[in-house]
Amino acid sequence: MAKVTLKGLSHSYLKTQSSDADWAIRGVDIDWNDGGAYALLGPSGCGKTTLLNIISGLITPTKGDILFDDKVISRLNPVERNIAQIFQFPVIYDTMTVYDNLAFPLRNRKIPEEEIKAKVHEIAEMLELSSTLNNRASGLTADGKQKISLGRGLVRSDVNAIMFDEPLTVIDPHLKWILRSKLKELHQKINRTMIYVTHDQTEALTFADQVVVMHEGQIVQTGTPVDLFEKPKHTFVGYFIGSPGMNVLPCQIKGNDVIVNGKKIETHQQIKKSNFNKTEVGVRPEFISFSNEGIPVKVLSVSNTGRHKIVDTESETGKIKIIAKSNEDIPSGSAFLKFKKEYTYTYGDSWIIE
Amino acid sequence: MNKTVNQKAWFFVIPVFVLVAFNAIIPLMTVVNYAFQETFGNNVFMWEGTRWFKQIMLSERFHASLGRQFLFTFIILFIQIPLGIAIALTMPKEGIGVPVCLVLMSMPLLIPWNVVGAMWNIFALPDIGFLGHSLNALGFDYNFTQQIGDAWFTTILMDVWHWTSLVVLLSYAGLRSIQPAYYQAAEIDGASRWAIFTKIELPKMKKVLTIAILLRFMDSFMIYTEPFVLTGGGPGNATAFLSIDLVKMALGQFDLGPAAAMSLIYFFIVLLVCWVFYTLMMRNEEKS
Repeated sequence: MAKVTLKGLSHSYLKTQSSDADWAIRGVDIDWNDGGAYALLGPSGCGKTTLLNIISGLITPTKGDILFDDKVISRLNPVERNIAQIFQFPVIYDTMTVYDNLAFPLRNRKIPEEEIKAKVHEIAEMLELSSTLNNRASGLTADGKQKISLGRGLVRSDVNAIMFDEPLTVIDPHLKWILRSKLKELHQKINRTMIYVTHDQTEALTFADQVVVMHEGQIVQTGTPVDLFEKPKHTFVGYFIGSPGMNVLPCQIKGNDVIVNGKKIETHQQIKKSNFNKTEVGVRPEFISFSNEGIPVKVLSVSNTGRHKIVDTESETGKIKIIAKSNEDIPSGSAFLKFKKEYTYTYGDSWIIE
Repeated sequence: MNKTVNQKAWFFVIPVFVLVAFNAIIPLMTVVNYAFQETFGNNVFMWEGTRWFKQIMLSERFHASLGRQFLFTFIILFIQIPLGIAIALTMPKEGIGVPVCLVLMSMPLLIPWNVVGAMWNIFALPDIGFLGHSLNALGFDYNFTQQIGDAWFTTILMDVWHWTSLVVLLSYAGLRSIQPAYYQAAEIDGASRWAIFTKIELPKMKKVLTIAILLRFMDSFMIYTEPFVLTGGGPGNATAFLSIDLVKMALGQFDLGPAAAMSLIYFFIVLLVCWVFYTLMMRNEEKS
């Protein structure tokens, strides 16, 4: 078990780098506590798998340092780092039984067979694999195989961290949530640092205490699921998290006033500076309501999801989505919108203005 | 899964069936014809029943050439399969080295059989051939035209040179298809190089290796041109493998009946060995 620290980490797959786009990840700083559950969330190609492989030691970073418990381990190999990793698709040793698969990492470390037996049975019990221990691993279903991969990560009781690289990609939807809650339960039981990479916001938000959102090789925000939802620090976090995502509208800043579509609106922050190339206002659909005055819009369509209604409207400078209660009456034609002040933020060049 | 049943699809097989009939089934039937009858030419045939089969099965000459054939095939499989895997493992995985190696590896496969035989014949000549002369200069008493051991050594070396590449290319393809995550997982699990080879690489190469062994078994079991050009089956009958012996019997002695019976027995041995081998290799596959 260990505290994981990343300092000024950058990595490029190219030999020489001329622009920001040549870097797979750039300038990443992270502090993760011992025993926490963390998620790296971002779309495909944002650098999250690269970052994970750097932590596990499969890739050596171009710049920066990785520390486990304040010891620099940037140049150590995965065995020396003593970590476990679970991959996107199940990696099993086809010719071995389930038991031998689980025992493999221990046998490679020359642990006495007695101890291995106890440990394997304990893990198999946790993962509900006990009844299949003597079967050939290649005969199992995808979720069974992924459990074996997971089990191989868990059998070693001294690992510094367990990494998950989108481990539920190949699992059937109805089994996904079972395995996900299993993971959560395991984390509480064994209390080891777990780092989970995914592009699925539900997975990240349900699994982790702290979610790191990545975008184009950079960390855009680190926080609890509630933080990410209620106070996105970057417009990307706003529309990547939430369904539908945050509404982002262009705005003008005049003095202390924020103007959207010619109307002055109130936002969470006090605006002090306004020297940005681009200024925007962001507000989640959950925090918008119909009103007698405010931003004028045209109601385009209403879709009822059962739990609530999603209303599509069009303002002068862009579309705005609103989430309304399922029993609420939706005006047709022209309407006015009111944004909830506490949850409305102003963004300068995509970053929140503090 | 529910598959659509459409018996009309069989009509599409007819052209292939006709072609195969002309180049394989009909010629084979003439062999069958000869195998059960005696002929004195002029299309006059007499029924002999299973006489030729009994004669071949009891003939010491057939036993000897069959024995030589199995020995040869086992030796070359024993050398070529491990050697091929070993070369494939050491081949580069990226960069300019990949095409260079692949082209170099394919070269022997592109040379016609009789040219290979002729090349090696000259190469191994004890007085002027590079191999033969060098060996003699080094103090070995080497003469593949007169000494049985040397003849076998040269024939096997020639076959290894000619065909190991096939095993290399198939193994290389099998190795390249293994997902990097397997190696990464093994690295994290602390697996040794040997464990990576036996627990990941070999099992993942199983299918291509099955194909490689089958192809090398069939080809080496039916080998004719190369040893015919290299040694002509000699010295004596030392390198007269089944095909060479068969041609001697059919075209040298003109014993068409026994030769036809021998061809059929030969054919069934190849078929049987391939079937048994393939079934054994694939049995576990179906279980899982």
